Formats: sequence, C-alpha cells, structure tokens
Amino acid sequence: MTHPPYLYPGYRSTVLRAPARELVMPKLGPDSIELASPVFGHQELGRLDDDLTAQHSGEPLGERIIVTGRLLDASGRPVRGALVEVWQANAAGRYAHLGDRHPAPLDPNFTGAGRCLTDDEGRYRFVTIKPGAYPWRNHPNAWRPAHIHFSVFGTAFAQRLITQMYFPGDPLFAYDPIMQSISEQKDRDRLVSRLDMDTTTPEWALGYQWDIVLGDTPMEA
Amino acid sequence: MTDILDTVPDLAPTPSQTVGPFFGYALPYAEGPEVVPGWHPDAITVRGRVLDGAGAPVPDALVEIWQADADGRVPSGVGGLRRAPHDFSGFGRCATDPAGQYWFRTVKPGASGPDAPHIAVLVFARGLLKPVRTRLYFPQDAGAHEADPLLSAVPAERRPTLVAEAVAEAVSEAGGTRTYRFDIHLQGERETVFLGI
Repeated sequence: MTHPPYLYPGYRSTVLRAPARELVMPKLGPDSIELASPVFGHQELGRLDDDLTAQHSGEPLGERIIVTGRLLDASGRPVRGALVEVWQANAAGRYAHLGDRHPAPLDPNFTGAGRCLTDDEGRYRFVTIKPGAYPWRNHPNAWRPAHIHFSVFGTAFAQRLITQMYFPGDPLFAYDPIMQSISEQKDRDRLVSRLDMDTTTPEWALGYQWDIVLGDTPMEA
Repeated sequence: MTDILDTVPDLAPTPSQTVGPFFGYALPYAEGPEVVPGWHPDAITVRGRVLDGAGAPVPDALVEIWQADADGRVPSGVGGLRRAPHDFSGFGRCATDPAGQYWFRTVKPGASGPDAPHIAVLVFARGLLKPVRTRLYFPQDAGAHEADPLLSAVPAERRPTLVAEAVAEAVSEAGGTRTYRFDIHLQGERETVFLGI
C-alpha cells in the first residue's frame, strides 16, 4: 500500500478525522460515474496560470525554478488534457492565506497558485519560486519540509489525487510526520522530485522533474 | 549489461498527502458550488456539514461532487471549471465554511445501469492523509435502493448515512427548490460509510 493510513497519530489532526470503520467496496466496483472524470478545456484557464512568477506587476523574490513531469496511469500511459492544480508557500515559507500566522513576509508579487492541462505526452510544466520551509503547531518545534501541493484529475473520478511534491535531499524529511505517514522509504521517495539539468534553463532557472502515477481503477479494461 | 527490468518504468501509484489547511486561495473557484445555473427549473440544493469524531465542524474541508445529468448521462464535455451559462457541468467543488458547511446547486441525477440515482462525493481536509469517498442517494428512491449494488452491500443500520434528507421546499416566484441535507461524519457513532475505491 503506497498510500498513508487514515490514522497516523504523529500527525495530530488525523486523530479525530480518520474514519475508524472498515471501508466498503461496492459489489460491482466503481460505477459509471466514478470511472469517468470531469473534463477541462484550455479556455477555462488563464494565460498566466502556469507561470506563478508572472501573475503580478513585479517579479517575486526567491529562487526561480521550473517544475515539470508526466502524469501517467497505472499502465504507464500518459494522461492527456488532465487538470493539474498547484499551490505553495512563498520563498520565505508563508502562504498567501489569511489563516497562515507564520511571521514571515508575504510577497506582493507572489500568490502561489497555478493551473495547467497536461499535453499530448501527459506532461505538465510550471514556472515558480522554490517554496520555503515553515513551522506548524503539530508538536514542539515542528517544521514542514519545502513542498508544492499538487491536485490532479485522471480519466476516472476514482483516480482523483491530491498530494505534495518535495525537493531532493531536504534534511527535514525525517522530522515530518506528514511525509513519514507513508510507511516505506521507496514510497516516500515517489514524492521527491529530482534536479534535472535538461529541464534547467542556463542563466535563468533550475529545473526539477517529478512524474505522477495515478492508481488503478479496478473496473477499467 | 543492464537488466531489462531496470528499464521498466516504476508504476506504483504516487502516494496521497493531505490537502492541508491552506488550499482556500487556490482550489475553490467562483462557480464551484453551482453545477447548474440558479434559474434551472429542476435545480435542487444539496447542503450539509462535515463533522469530526467529536461532532465538531470541520472548517477546512474541500467537498467535490461528480454526477450524471437528470437523464442519467455521464457528462463528457469540457466545462468542469467554467460551465457555459446554460449548461450542466456535472462537477462541483465547495470549501466548508467556519461552521463546517458546504452547499451545491445541481439537479437530481437520473438512474444509470443497476445503480439507484446518486452523486459521487469526495472530501479532502487537513488531517485526512487521503480523501474519503462516499455516495449521496436520495430519500424518494427507497425502492431502487434495495437493488443498488453498493447499498445492498452495506449493513442496514449504516445505510441511512448514505441517504440525504429532504428538508425544505423553498418556494420562490420561479417555483420550488428542493433542498437535501447530507452531513458527512468522518468518524464516530454516525460515521458515514466510505468506499474503498
């Protein structure tokens, strides 16, 4: 099982929110609606939605990066035209969200939210700023490793996935209960992007590659 | 020499992680809860709360619905985020408010195949390392529920957690709008039935 359990007491908020009863499997598996997915078109997205550094009048502070990869199904086929949504903290580790009380500066030139559709090879691509680590109140001296939140649709609503992408070699991994909720190292590694010199644009931005694989839908042929 | 297995892509699924508390400026969008326009003659309202194991509202959950149209057809056109003004998108997204409440305006889906009419529901939240998936059925279809492949697999005492409650007939000049209440209990005595798919 590559997914984390619902209950992981080290991540305190799971204690009262994790379902405790056994999950029910419908006799016939996913139904016709769960095997289909909402469809999104280019006209539904804004022109600058995939460039998080270009959404304001000035350039955001921080380390400019390119994040790209492929969205694949369990058979390795590219998932084309799928909606990928991202959101993240700014370079100082602060979200442009009213609920974020971390005393780090907001950046007037960075909102930190983006969208794109995968291309014919299943590829997504964002230009953004490397997010900072930030503290949270899960336990004393708790810090989240730098991450970008990803929300993706597949070809079936049963494949819907929200997850987080991390950066290679972050020393905070070992202290992060959200990442450690995944029991196997090899599965945690699936959330870590890799620095890629082919994606890196000389004199401009480092590039990171990260592929996303969507789970099987049991009834799919 | 490289073993052929080294070149086979690793296709284990990417693990899920929590949506966290700070998605509110990124994922919700203006028409998210409006699966059909307000003037639609068959519009219904679905509303409810997301509650934790202590019965406290969950103010940082994201509820998504996905459903067939009134004739039981699965939507296949674009428009998930920006529905054409007269259209039905089939997809809705609503973040819960500080009282844990969400709402959608949609139409009652028609039946398709062996299934009683229902809406697919996904809930993401801080504290949920992966989403919970359930289905919303309608109280007037009790007959069809007997034969439904999911409901018939659920112990009778837990079936009511999957059936919305008809709460009001708010009459306006345009006619009545039927409202259904569907609370989602993540945990506890009244824990909603969640699906393992």
